[in-house]
Amino acid sequence: MTDERCTVAVVGGGTAGLALARELMRVQVGRVVVLEREAEAGGIPRHCGHYPFGLREYRRLMKGPDYARLNRERAKAAGAEIRTGTTVTRLLPGGRLELSTPCGPSSLAAERVVLCTGVRESSRAQRLVSGDRPGGVLSTGALQGSVYLKGIKPFQRPVIFGSELVSFSAFQTCAHLGISPVAMVEEESRIVARKLFTPYLWLKRVPLYTGVSSPRILGKNRVEALEFEDCNGALQTFETDGIIMSGRFRPESALLRRSHIAIDPGTGGPVVDQFGRCSDPTYFCAGNLLRPAETSGWCWTEGIETARRVARDLGQPAPSTSVPLVTKDARLRFVVPQRLTATQLEDGMEHMYLGLETAVNATVMARCGDRVLWSGSLRGRPVRRITLPLGEILRARPDAPVELTLEG
Amino acid sequence: MPAISNAGQSYDVAIIGAGIVGCALARRFTLDGARVVVLEKALDVLDGASKGNSAILHTGFDAPPGSLEQACIAAGYREYLETAEKLGLPVLKSGAMVLAWNEEQAGQLPQLIEKACENGVHDVAPLTRSQILKREPNISDTVLGGFEIPGEHLIDPWATAHAYMLQALANGAELIRDAEVLSGRFDRHWTLTTTQGEVVAGHVVNSAGLYGDVVDERLLGRKSFSIRPRKGQFLVFDKAASNLVSTTILPVPTKTTKGVVICRTIFGNVLVGPTAEDQESRTDASTDRSTLQILRSKGVAMLPGLASCEVTTAYAGLRPACEYQDYQIAYHADHACVTVGAIRSTGLSSALGIAQHVAGLLGLSGKPLCNPVIPQVDRLSEYHARDWQEEGNDGIVCHCELVSRREIERVLDGPMPPATIQGLKRRTRVMMGQCQGFYCTAELAEMTRGKLKRPLGCDHDG
Ligand SMILES: Cc1cc2nc3c(=O)[nH]c(=O)nc-3n(C[C@H](O)[C@H](O)[C@H](O)COP(=O)(O)OP(=O)(O)OC[C@H]3O[C@@H](n4cnc5c(N)ncnc54)[C@H](O)[C@@H]3O)c2cc1C
Ligand SMILES: Cc1cc2nc3c(=O)[nH]c(=O)nc-3n(C[C@H](O)[C@H](O)[C@H](O)COP(=O)(O)OP(=O)(O)OC[C@H]3O[C@@H](n4cnc5c(N)ncnc54)[C@H](O)[C@@H]3O)c2cc1C
Repeated sequence: MTDERCTVAVVGGGTAGLALARELMRVQVGRVVVLEREAEAGGIPRHCGHYPFGLREYRRLMKGPDYARLNRERAKAAGAEIRTGTTVTRLLPGGRLELSTPCGPSSLAAERVVLCTGVRESSRAQRLVSGDRPGGVLSTGALQGSVYLKGIKPFQRPVIFGSELVSFSAFQTCAHLGISPVAMVEEESRIVARKLFTPYLWLKRVPLYTGVSSPRILGKNRVEALEFEDCNGALQTFETDGIIMSGRFRPESALLRRSHIAIDPGTGGPVVDQFGRCSDPTYFCAGNLLRPAETSGWCWTEGIETARRVARDLGQPAPSTSVPLVTKDARLRFVVPQRLTATQLEDGMEHMYLGLETAVNATVMARCGDRVLWSGSLRGRPVRRITLPLGEILRARPDAPVELTLEG
Repeated sequence: MPAISNAGQSYDVAIIGAGIVGCALARRFTLDGARVVVLEKALDVLDGASKGNSAILHTGFDAPPGSLEQACIAAGYREYLETAEKLGLPVLKSGAMVLAWNEEQAGQLPQLIEKACENGVHDVAPLTRSQILKREPNISDTVLGGFEIPGEHLIDPWATAHAYMLQALANGAELIRDAEVLSGRFDRHWTLTTTQGEVVAGHVVNSAGLYGDVVDERLLGRKSFSIRPRKGQFLVFDKAASNLVSTTILPVPTKTTKGVVICRTIFGNVLVGPTAEDQESRTDASTDRSTLQILRSKGVAMLPGLASCEVTTAYAGLRPACEYQDYQIAYHADHACVTVGAIRSTGLSSALGIAQHVAGLLGLSGKPLCNPVIPQVDRLSEYHARDWQEEGNDGIVCHCELVSRREIERVLDGPMPPATIQGLKRRTRVMMGQCQGFYCTAELAEMTRGKLKRPLGCDHDG
């Protein structure tokens, strides 16, 4: 079978993929094909029936579905081909893709491939939550899909497990259904989203339990209760008919794990350099697959910037001599990018993106051998956006691994 | 109460319970020419012990020599490999290795090899530490030695039982679900009272698994064993973990510890488990965080690469064990009834052998079917061709397990449609992958609307 060919194949038509495809068309790289496994492109925002989307991108306040539609229309109008119902089943070296379509398998060869498959939430099993396995335990994504795309009401009085931003989205989805959660339960010692959300819970009269342990789901066919020890060690039992397992994002990397492309255990996404380029230099990555997890606006910008890098790489491939950017400090969960190509300074990411394991207030240093290339202060908490400048580190032209260390 | 569905005419055999054993019995009797009815308490088949196991087709190398269990496994194993080919059920010849991790275990190896030979499994062969590490380079180098059993296979535990039942149905048997047998009268023939009415049959076979003793009391007024459920918890690792190990890794059973198994599944994941926890409850198949953490560390100790693998899910199964160390199969000739009880931890492998044995006990006088209908079975193996690779599959619905729309619709509209989402999962693998329903729940809720007895989205409002 001879492959169909294109210039750039975009795997995943969510926010990042659509913004990227549109920009690639705008800078006229050639033929751009977006491969999207769902029946409709748009990604996660398709089922986020709430505000605020689009402020940064379109200077308009929109709900998720309208925003997804606009992203879709713009990409199409720019001339990108969007193929829905098309699942990429394998990534092969050099930009060859195997696809599954409703009509059967096919393949596509691209000069560059950009992976934009996004994130999903961790399941109940991945958090090792104890108990029975009844129906009624849903991720926020599954809840929103059921409610906004299919008009299904999965429960009446759920418990929200988790207290990240997305947990509050789940709250809004409940409000849309006209139901109120009976509690919000968090294993971390404090609310993970910003503290300013606490009064919101208070207003809605929803109790918040942080620092809980030994959560256990009870119920035969449907959820009947959630049991846990509160932060004082007292056993709490909440009668409930549903549990929303929210947050703890993981990159949707099923495809990557079956491929030849190097994966970073910290992010769960591919190892990239500051251009978003993977270990196989025909592959790039943008959006939340890079790291869990950012807002749509952020992923949109990432899509556009990555499009420009890909366009440039098509004309004149950047040198592929890079050094690792690593950290051994247990307080740092991950850093993006994981490699630095110091032989080309322009046009890459301006910042590195850090994920924390615990709250940190320290001095961070970038070392190369016994040289300190850069240092600065780092204050933050897990799950929050933390960016630090890359410029000085790159300009020091490291020729050996760069290590991030924390002091204090 | 009116008799159900057979309008006054009676069946030759009523089988109580549609676990793996009941399904195999239904197939055997039907192919032997009997009129068969299967009565299942739950909304769907495979809702008891057979819902969660290790999915290994055992050779029976370590069964107690001379036991009924050993004989049934040996016969069941042989018939399985022939039947699977005829029915198109996927099998994977993974082979297994029993590995010793300390001196005490190493000391047991020669006896185990001898036992295997006694059980007629002659192709077992001792392995040195370096042979083991050469074959499975990701195994911890703390391993001391072991032996291999090349004949152990991996199979699909659900498709297997479904295939037996589908073949019975396609050749004339009847299945009544949501029909708990409450009591029975025997007066030359049996009249069984179920939650769905009365059923009349010449013979009864009790294959009620975890309720075998309860059903014996209901029918015969006595029981000869007491079920002591033994829970086994498992941790299921992401498909990427299957690159770490290909052979099934079995422990050496010793007096002090009971080790865990590491094996692939035919669906491409890696299992670590099971535990062995005696309990009172016949229904509590809950999992427990601290136990799962222990399983994980035991798995990592043997296969260090598991440390960086993601967990896909966790589950538990309940073994219908009892106070005796063997199957409890008894023919009550004066009551035209067979009890098939305490099929504890090898029933998947032995079911066809048990069915042969029970058919022999009952000696029904039917005429075997010459050209039995072959049903369409679920083919969900990661190691064999799947529907998504075929033309006209109508697109993928479950992205993690690559389940096509056509596969789901075929099952929903098939001869034994699922009654619950669990039943649909077992028939298609939807929602069983990494995302555990993050992506496909909404679509499935729509596709199954009005088709399940217990819907996916609960519509409290009506
Ligand atoms: C439940 C949930 C709620 C969220 N709510 C908000 C919110 O309210 N506001 C906000 O700003 N952000 C929210 N986010 C963050 C969200 O990830 C971003 O808004 C944004 O969607 C990220 O864009 P992306 O392009 O990286 O990924 P996505 O938008 O997730 O797009 C990925 C696309 O790739 C496709 N895909 C994946 N694998 C394949 C394959 N093998 N073949 C073909 N196609 C494939 C998917 O179908 C999908 O369309 C939420 C995230 C989640 C999980
Ligand atoms: C952890 C674990 C691991 C295992 N690993 C393996 C393995 O790798 N290989 C292997 O060969 N075996 C394995 N097994 C063993 C195997 O799963 C069991 O032997 C087998 O499932 C027993 O099947 P059964 O049909 O006897 O019982 P069940 O599956 O319990 O079937 C009995 C059925 O009867 C129904 N019933 C009960 N009461 C009534 C009533 N009054 N009226 C109507 N219906 C009724 C129940 O609802 C149920 O569906 C394992 C088991 C466990 C628990």
